[in-house]
Amino acid sequence: MATPDANTSQGLSCPSPQAGHASSRVMMGHGGGGLLSQQLIREVFGEAFGMQAGELAVDAAVVPTLRGPLAFTTDAFVVQPLFFPGGSIGDLAVNGTVNDLAVAGAEPRFLAASFVIEEGLPRADLARIAEAMGAAAREAGVRIVAGDTKVVERGHGDGVYITTSGIGEVLPGTRLSPAHVAPGDAVILSGTIADHGMAIMRVRQDLGFEADISSDTAPLHGLVRAMLTACHDIRLMRDPTRGGLASCLAEMAESSRRGIAIESEAVPIAPAVAAACEMLGLDPWLVANEGKLVAIVPAEAAQAVLAAMQTHPRGRDAVVIGRVVEDHPGRVAVRTAIGGRRIVPMPVGELLPRIC
Amino acid sequence: MKHLGEFRDAHITRRLLSDIGQLATRPWSIMEVCGGQTHSLIHHGLDRLLPPTIEMIHGPGCPVCVTPTSYIDQAIAIAMRPEVILCSFGDMLRVPGSQESLLAAKARGGDVRVVYSPLDAVRLAETCPEREIVFLAIGFETTAPANAMAVKLAHHRGLGNFSMLVSQVLVPPAIEAILRDPASRVDAFLAAGHVASVMGTGDYPELATRYGVPIVVTGFEPVDLLEGIRRTVVMLEEGRYGVENAYSRAVTDDGNPVAKATIHEVFQVCDQEWRGLGWIPHSGWELAPAYAGHDASLRYPFHAGTEPASDPDIVPCRSGEVLRGLLKPCDCPLFGKECTPQSPLGATMVSSEGACAAYFHAGR
Repeated sequence: MATPDANTSQGLSCPSPQAGHASSRVMMGHGGGGLLSQQLIREVFGEAFGMQAGELAVDAAVVPTLRGPLAFTTDAFVVQPLFFPGGSIGDLAVNGTVNDLAVAGAEPRFLAASFVIEEGLPRADLARIAEAMGAAAREAGVRIVAGDTKVVERGHGDGVYITTSGIGEVLPGTRLSPAHVAPGDAVILSGTIADHGMAIMRVRQDLGFEADISSDTAPLHGLVRAMLTACHDIRLMRDPTRGGLASCLAEMAESSRRGIAIESEAVPIAPAVAAACEMLGLDPWLVANEGKLVAIVPAEAAQAVLAAMQTHPRGRDAVVIGRVVEDHPGRVAVRTAIGGRRIVPMPVGELLPRIC
Repeated sequence: MKHLGEFRDAHITRRLLSDIGQLATRPWSIMEVCGGQTHSLIHHGLDRLLPPTIEMIHGPGCPVCVTPTSYIDQAIAIAMRPEVILCSFGDMLRVPGSQESLLAAKARGGDVRVVYSPLDAVRLAETCPEREIVFLAIGFETTAPANAMAVKLAHHRGLGNFSMLVSQVLVPPAIEAILRDPASRVDAFLAAGHVASVMGTGDYPELATRYGVPIVVTGFEPVDLLEGIRRTVVMLEEGRYGVENAYSRAVTDDGNPVAKATIHEVFQVCDQEWRGLGWIPHSGWELAPAYAGHDASLRYPFHAGTEPASDPDIVPCRSGEVLRGLLKPCDCPLFGKECTPQSPLGATMVSSEGACAAYFHAGR
């Protein structure tokens, strides 16, 4: 039996895309762990994330010792379309995890990012997403130090899914806990609601409505730092993402076993967003936000926290929307503009627009 | 929001509430027919602000709530056919059929898509000629013009792959069914403003005269609703009956002639099954013979299952009594316990316009 020579061997093997040839789309080979994978990681992610060649080649990032208690979180990001007014899945993937750390009272330090890419995704799109992530990370002062990519067959994904995990240092003196929420505390919202969800609806549902609505995706750790500097004793913070303001408040009431009373008139909504919600039969309280937070603060510190927020670009429209009350423990009540009252329940599932 | 803010004005609202309180010298039961009005009453907390003399009874005007179980079953059977893309308004998807909902059918692999307009479904039929597009045409007189328009358009463009599963229902026959019910406690009706903006005041004068009831065509914002209630109370207190229009910014006596002509070209009146109310004669529309080629019920003949025990119309949901105003949602023994928006036993717990869901969401 003849030993196959180089030519025969090549003739028998599966023809694989040449490593040197830069295809305009992601192919299965890019997830194979070989040269193509390395090239994709180096060219697309390495540069965007500011990673050195040495950092790209290791299995785990080794990071310096961090101070004090750590906050650690992970989140998966799935959105259609991948690019929308005000941002992209890349912005969401960084800001979402940064904000989960921030509302835990932590300064975000390191992120890891995993990508599940659908075969055929234009490389230019992936590069734009990676650049958005790099820019968002730089703005948030956080480093992306580890990552992974897998490619799935065309039709088995939605362009790209991104999972990010993050570690942050809890700011000294912070003692956020639902157990500290007390009657009389003020409930503060950092700005307008429903911008992100309606920006996505505008481009996703083929509704043909034109409106100046952009996603509010933004990192909130700077705002949180300013707030905690104004008052160490902030009781609890959450970011009202999926499920909107309603589920965020319902969760805060439930976890603290306290009643929350909200003035519906106090909740800021941009006119274009309010009009779009009205038209589509959607309740803006249930629509997602990606750059807002709700904080429960001691009554005596409310003005100081509010002032600190309003001088920060992410909290210019911050406002007190309600109070923690003795009544209806575990539930949120809203006083309507005309003086009526109703309970805000936890939303059920996905938002389904009404018929008429 | 311009043009809405004035109709949610706290000052005007308070004045109307005070007027109603002074006018009503005895208890009155007023039915708001439309689910949109129920939703608005509860959402703004109006039901709690009205004087104790006024009881609002929530009527059968939520299209999702009155769509029969067999229709959902038929829609699911169609959705599971591999060649079909089933298009629906969003809030139909959670409604329980006898076995499952359309959301569950979607999870099992049915191609079910939410659209905002029937014209989106027509567009889909154009862009996917290899697939069969079936649109769930449900609703009251309000959705009928757009649904009729979609069929006309598909017919005109020769889109043989577009069909509709129709369950169009009509308000006046439902009001009449309630008036004929000996158990009914309804003293007066707020007629749905959006229906009247299409159909005009139509059949109402005859109904009001025959049954001696006040009917006031009413809008949906707090000020609209309170003005409608105020006018019914004035009529009730004076012992008058008849039809008044408290929503004149949208409704004329004749309605929208173009919309009506389109409806009457595409649809014809038929007997119709209502979830919770049963069959009501001449209370629905079906596609007229000229458009029968786009009728999904003819294209995909369906034989309902024979498992009455699992039919939520029969046991254990009491939504029929809720829809006729005989039972308050929160007085149903299942309310908030076995029956919640997460696992609704009847359609009135599904749509945010359904009386049970409206009560549940408002923490009643």
